[in-house]
Amino acid sequence: MNYNWDWGVFFKSTGVGQEIYLDWFVSGLGWTIAVALVAWIIALILGAVLGVMRTVPNRLVAGIATAYVELFRNVPLLVQLFIWYFLVPDYLPEGLQTWFKQDLSPATSAYVSVVVCLGLFTAARVCEQVRTGIQALPRGQAYAGLAVGFNLVQVYRHVLLPQAFRIIIPPLTSEFLNVFKNSSVASLIGLMELLAQTRQTAEFSANIFEAFTLATLIYFVLNMSLMVFMGWVERRVRVPGLMVGGK
Amino acid sequence: MRSPKLCLAACLAAAIATPAGAAAPTGTLKKIADSGTIVIGHRDSAIPFAYLADGSKPAGYSIDLAGKVVEAVRKELGRPNIAVRYALVTGQTRIPLLVNGTIDLECGATTNNAERAQQVDFSVGIFSIGTRLMTHKASGIRDFADLKGKNVVVAAGTTSERILRKMNADANMGLNIVSAKDNGEAFLMLETQRVAAFMSDDAMLYGERAKARVPTDWIVTGTPQSREVYGCMVRKGDTAFKAVVDKALKAVYASGEIERIYQKWFMQPIPPKGLNMNFPMSPEWRALIRKPNDQPAGR
Repeated sequence: MNYNWDWGVFFKSTGVGQEIYLDWFVSGLGWTIAVALVAWIIALILGAVLGVMRTVPNRLVAGIATAYVELFRNVPLLVQLFIWYFLVPDYLPEGLQTWFKQDLSPATSAYVSVVVCLGLFTAARVCEQVRTGIQALPRGQAYAGLAVGFNLVQVYRHVLLPQAFRIIIPPLTSEFLNVFKNSSVASLIGLMELLAQTRQTAEFSANIFEAFTLATLIYFVLNMSLMVFMGWVERRVRVPGLMVGGK
Repeated sequence: MRSPKLCLAACLAAAIATPAGAAAPTGTLKKIADSGTIVIGHRDSAIPFAYLADGSKPAGYSIDLAGKVVEAVRKELGRPNIAVRYALVTGQTRIPLLVNGTIDLECGATTNNAERAQQVDFSVGIFSIGTRLMTHKASGIRDFADLKGKNVVVAAGTTSERILRKMNADANMGLNIVSAKDNGEAFLMLETQRVAAFMSDDAMLYGERAKARVPTDWIVTGTPQSREVYGCMVRKGDTAFKAVVDKALKAVYASGEIERIYQKWFMQPIPPKGLNMNFPMSPEWRALIRKPNDQPAGR
């Protein structure tokens, strides 16, 4: 392959202000983390609520949560993003619409759209993890809780959820990593996160393979760190004797 | 029993038919001769340069020029049966796919610049553009100075983006610059009023306007901020193939056939909507046709 490798490209000037290409990657990583963390918080809270809803003994409540999961899990993430970014703002009231589309800086409106989109999408997946976590517990646990006089809220709060969350930490870690990887869809609506900055560097410098290699490394190191962190959390919250640990 | 004999005869004929004294083809020409196929990289929405006019087959000004190159390659190799295969490329994939041998030639709307010339060679110029603005006719924006404090969209990775970011930093214009994925999406942002203006190559702007719901709502305006030359890309250092490509293009320019191709795509209704781009030949492009060269345009 006749290609001019140049690993020094990251320290070259971009031709815009005083920036070098590495600055773009740093700022891109910042946006990636900002998108992923906020979306994850939304996903975790909403997902936990939905997960509980799917297991409560009420068909209406469980049905609503099921419908949510089916809707958000069965439509491609990219389609959802375009709906949130291009379609939803057009149905806002006139004043709000102008504010969102024209007064907010484009980066902010793109950020809001992608965080909402990714948060709601991932919530459907977290919901399923929480549900399976709860259903993995012996049914007797809930009955025992009710028998000693807990009401349903207390059964979930003190008996079911503390155990369920511990069980689902490994699959939840995968979802946590997925949020970071999925945040790259933001590049398609002009948010300059890591992938967008990578593509921009590739186009400006024509050093395409170097740019994408660096992006690969950054995503890899980022996700490895998250895995190590989640492993630490898992060991930290383990209740000795309650569950057989993974490792 | 018939086919081995036929093959033998064909091989013999081919061996004899190879012009005596002519060096055996190398590089891309050899690849094309061996595979019997030339692979042309094309874009899918660079109206009217290279796009899917009827939804499947690539067509456009650059595709027509690529067709002329294919004829020249067939003649050069003495193989009128060389097949053509089209491969879809994007702004991001066009250089890697050319470098790794997936495509042999890219003719679309690729600006010849020094960065790209590190990885590929450019043919003689196939078009000349200026970078300008498109805006709603009622927006009041007529030139770059009117953009102060506004939202402006560019396609990610284009020269327009570079120029606009630099202008914003140098002149402190307080622009919010949005980098859309490509020209199509940039125009969508303009059409849905996310931004006040869209900066791009003038020919591209006219092309996007042709796709608009109400084309007459949009105007192309502003002093061109740069001149650029588009070229076809070939693999770097493949001088034999580049010579064939250049010769074919120069012949189209010299014979005046370029006028007909230009008229067809820029001055007449084009598919899919039957809209006329109404984009007359620029003096810069006329000058380039008279004296073709493979250099980037001066700023």
